[in-house]
Amino acid sequence: MKRRAFLVAGAGAVVIGARPLGASAQEVHDIRPILDAITGGAAAEEGGVDISLPALAENGNSIPLTVKVASPMNETDYVAAIHVIAERNPRPVVAVLHLGPWSGRAEIGTRIRLAGTQKVTVVAALSGNRFRIARQEVHVTSGACLDEGSL
Amino acid sequence: MTRLLLGVGLLAIALLAMGSESRVGVEGRSHPSPLREGSEFQSADMRALQADDFANPMALWVARGESLWGEARNGRPCAACHGRAEASMKGVAARYPRWDAGLGRVVNLGERINACVVGQQGAPKLAAESDELLALEAYIARQSRGMPLQVSIDGPAHATWEAGRALYFTRVGQLNLACTQCHDRSWGRTLLGETVSQGHPTGWPAYRLEWQRAGSLERRLRACFNGVRAAMPPYGSPDLVALELYVAWRAQGLPLESPGVRR
Amino acid sequence: MLGRLQVPPTVKRGEVFAVRVIVQHPMETGFRRDVDGKAIPLNIVDHLACTYGGREVFRVEPGSGISANPYFVFPVVATASGELAVEWRDDRGATGRVAANVNVVES
Repeated sequence: MKRRAFLVAGAGAVVIGARPLGASAQEVHDIRPILDAITGGAAAEEGGVDISLPALAENGNSIPLTVKVASPMNETDYVAAIHVIAERNPRPVVAVLHLGPWSGRAEIGTRIRLAGTQKVTVVAALSGNRFRIARQEVHVTSGACLDEGSL
Repeated sequence: MTRLLLGVGLLAIALLAMGSESRVGVEGRSHPSPLREGSEFQSADMRALQADDFANPMALWVARGESLWGEARNGRPCAACHGRAEASMKGVAARYPRWDAGLGRVVNLGERINACVVGQQGAPKLAAESDELLALEAYIARQSRGMPLQVSIDGPAHATWEAGRALYFTRVGQLNLACTQCHDRSWGRTLLGETVSQGHPTGWPAYRLEWQRAGSLERRLRACFNGVRAAMPPYGSPDLVALELYVAWRAQGLPLESPGVRR
Repeated sequence: MLGRLQVPPTVKRGEVFAVRVIVQHPMETGFRRDVDGKAIPLNIVDHLACTYGGREVFRVEPGSGISANPYFVFPVVATASGELAVEWRDDRGATGRVAANVNVVES
């Protein structure tokens, strides 16, 4: 009994192989400079941005994201860009997606990586130098039987 | 923090393993009831991704497999002998692993593909886990999607099946666990937020998020050995093929989900 | 570089349709290490754009936070029948392109 427990405790402390981004290893960045760079310092309006992310993600490597922004998408009133920011990722800017009146709808989908549980922030840049912002928290769990990418 | 959780989790497994000694029952009895396919133990998002023929990343390997099928290798494409895969390969993947009379042993689908590459096309063997081999495996497996797994353990294959069964019930590694402890006794229970599956092979080859690419069942079994802190049997090891045959037999009747998506 | 594209076979003029694209690429973050402890270098698709009807109708600058085998869905207004093409490149200059024909019918 004692020997087995020792082995288990020992095994728990060993770090083996290629380590993926750990569930809690990353620190939360202050993303305000990023937001300021997007808006040029202007205030972003809360709301009007619908972020669809699972509340709980089994694996941080591939999480489905859909963003919908309420907009008529006509020549004078449209979404020009959607910025996706993950505050705990080592590079917080996940992607910038560019749309226009030719898009018809302001709605995009993709799959993203999240380095652990965190808030994802989306900023929509609209025509006429307007900005909208929304956030969504995602819990990212780490699997038990990690083989850490062993080949 | 992660390591502490891992340590606690591993301790939990060991305690679980020790505690269930008295409930293991007769060795050799390994038919979880009811049989539940692998995707049932994944999240709803994983299931949706697997079912989506476009977004399922394995579709990239299937597409590559389709083009490789028609490409001449050393002057001869797969299509020269096998024609249209939709017809000739229907049901094939559902019968593997199987005894190969020419090679005199049980082989998995990947090994059978290489037997053709080397023997019929006269070309060098495709490396284990190479994109090319995985593409062909995925393309062939796709032709059997939805069909029930039905392997033969009769005649010369029986010895391999017995070896696989013995290994399935053998404790290995620092964690001193046999496949049965997790996949017969503890399926449906959670381990650090993950639900333990019944350990069926029906989703393979699969896109594993952990690997961020496609991989074979062989790679996944090696990862299991790594998971219990045992030395991984090398690619092509008879132990792995035997285990593949045993788990395929154990999953008898379950429909093939390949090419699958796993966390 | 392998990629796949999906557009509806037929669309009505003025209708908004969804375009789906997936590219086979590891999107290596530069943070992973191999079994010897050596860092695997950064290698990502950092530019992807769609042209249709003679204009760019979608563009994305992915970062390393986009998953391996990058996947995007985006909307486009159906104007005239013709080719819709998606092109992309990674940070090493490797490129890829997929195209499909959009068949626009009158509503």
